[in-house]
Amino acid sequence: MLIQFIVFYVFAAVVVGSAFMVIAARNPVHSVLFLILSFFNAAGLFVLAGAEFLAMTLVIVYVGAVAVLFLFVVMMLDINFVRLRQGFMQYLPLGAMLGAILLVELLLVVGAFVVSPEVDTLAAPMPPVEQQSNTHALGQLLYTRYMYLFQASGMILLVAMIGAIVLTFRVRTGVRRQSIRAQVARTRADAVELKKVVSGAGISGSL
Amino acid sequence: MIEFPDISPAITELWLAIAAMALLLIGVVRGDRATRMVVWLSVGVLAVAIWLVWSDADTSVVTFSGLFVADRFAAFAKVLVLLGSALALVLSLEFLERERLERPEFPVLVVLATLGMMIMIAANDLLSLYVGLELQSLSLYVLAAFNRDSEKSTESGLKYFVLGALASGILLYGATLVYGFTGSTSFTGIAGALAAQEERSIGVLFGLAFVTAGLAFKVAAVPFHMWTPDVYEGAPTPVTAFFSLAPKVAALALFMRVMLGPFGGIADDWVGIIGLLAATSMVLGAFAAIGQTNIKRLMAYSSIGHVGYALMGLAAHSPGGVRGTLVYLTIYLAMNLGAWGVILSMRRTDGKLVENVEDLAGMARTRPFLAAAMAIFMFSLAGVPPLAGFFGKFYVFFAAVDAGLYLLAVIGVLATVVGSYYYLRIVKVMYFDEPAPAFLQPAGATIAVIAVTAIFTLLFFLFPAPFVAEAHLASLALFP
Repeated sequence: MLIQFIVFYVFAAVVVGSAFMVIAARNPVHSVLFLILSFFNAAGLFVLAGAEFLAMTLVIVYVGAVAVLFLFVVMMLDINFVRLRQGFMQYLPLGAMLGAILLVELLLVVGAFVVSPEVDTLAAPMPPVEQQSNTHALGQLLYTRYMYLFQASGMILLVAMIGAIVLTFRVRTGVRRQSIRAQVARTRADAVELKKVVSGAGISGSL
Repeated sequence: MIEFPDISPAITELWLAIAAMALLLIGVVRGDRATRMVVWLSVGVLAVAIWLVWSDADTSVVTFSGLFVADRFAAFAKVLVLLGSALALVLSLEFLERERLERPEFPVLVVLATLGMMIMIAANDLLSLYVGLELQSLSLYVLAAFNRDSEKSTESGLKYFVLGALASGILLYGATLVYGFTGSTSFTGIAGALAAQEERSIGVLFGLAFVTAGLAFKVAAVPFHMWTPDVYEGAPTPVTAFFSLAPKVAALALFMRVMLGPFGGIADDWVGIIGLLAATSMVLGAFAAIGQTNIKRLMAYSSIGHVGYALMGLAAHSPGGVRGTLVYLTIYLAMNLGAWGVILSMRRTDGKLVENVEDLAGMARTRPFLAAAMAIFMFSLAGVPPLAGFFGKFYVFFAAVDAGLYLLAVIGVLATVVGSYYYLRIVKVMYFDEPAPAFLQPAGATIAVIAVTAIFTLLFFLFPAPFVAEAHLASLALFP
């Protein structure tokens, strides 16, 4: 229990710390790297909570796809982040006010929030985590009860793929490609020509 | 542990999904040269799908844990959608080849969009509704921007995408509200929860309004129609033709199922909303089309007006109303398909496609067959008896009057009179104006589609019984 307790606080502290660094770092590439760090630690928190499927999805989708894409964009676009930050102090009062309003609203929501007495039966995993893992349970639902929708979603992704190719793929003309077959099939006769150079006339005249 | 669901009722969807992937593979391996083959194969795939639906039409089953329903109503709408998609593909082939847009992804995307419409029509749950709608919409966004070198086409694709995503968001928001206040996403579950509530909760009404707004966007009913003229004008013409056919039918079928299924018990709350949508659509469709010079924009406003008439049948919320809407959609499909066939044939002898109403001038002398067919379609769209369009309007007006919606019926008749003006103007331009340069001879397949739809529109009054009887059986499926 103590180990779990310590691990939780380590993960939580790293998440909060790296999330702060995402907005505090001067270099945008560092920001993205801190974002990835916070995703990883959030995934660790999910594992602690027994939601291993969410943890995997977080790593695969957010770290594997979203953050890498983000990194690409940050590296490809030459955005002057220092200039973007200008006027930070000027807008600080307005930003602080909005933050305060949001905080009050959140407190109101949390204050009025009542946990349903049925939550233990409604929100409890079925079957319990000890008997079956999340991934197993999700897969069983997805491939039986929601099989139809799962397959149809697959068709939607296929359409998205076809659409992206149809709208962007171009056959470039005038591109010279290496043809290994042609290179190997070349004989000495195709490539070398013997010329008799008349002495004193130079090479240019005889070619 | 849940048993493996019975997948046999969804055989059409499975067939379309597998066939679309196979067609995609053919397209990838054979390259752009295979476009012609893939288009015809797709038409064949859709024809097989029609046979699959029709051979098993007489069922009423719910499967996939209540996510999917197959009944006579679904079968009727599915056949209409499949016919619309297949014939739109036939019309598009000549355009693709002439405009250097031969890419095998085009027919594949049409098949995938059709798959989305199948899922929409067969939806028995808010989740399958949304997934089907997104599959269809996403394919349509790509199709609208298919001519990516044209600024207009890209603009139309982007506009459609941004507004469509907004509408999907609104629909989803409504779906969450409905789920939150009824505790179920399944249509039967929602209907049961609403029947058990003694007092109507305001949350459900809000959810209903948002879902209605999202669906009204998809069918392009006023006031959610702003995207239609721009998207219809900018998209490549065969794509516009496709937009105005199958997706309309699918979205209206979905609209009817959602309103009469889960919300059937609280019809008093939504009849006013649907009635208002229908009335404003009819009026705007009639008045806004008058000033249009571009025939694609004109047809966009015309389609908004026709959606208004189709919604009138829903506002009647009776089996007669649903029957009226289904007959209306059948006829609308035929005459619109033919009209788009003629519009796609407006190609000058130098190969340039023109799309202004004036360009049709004197077509009666240069291309008498096309002009006669177009005149039939225009008279029918205007609702002149004894052409098919008159019967479509007749059944929905009849249902509206039967349900006591006199005001709506009167507005509809007046809008028809106003709308006749711009349909008849096209006939006048074709028959009485000085001839403009002649058009190219259209491809054989286009002529075939125009001829078949023209004959259907012209001779519908001789044999309306089988269609009406079939629509009647389909409508009963929504009123258990």
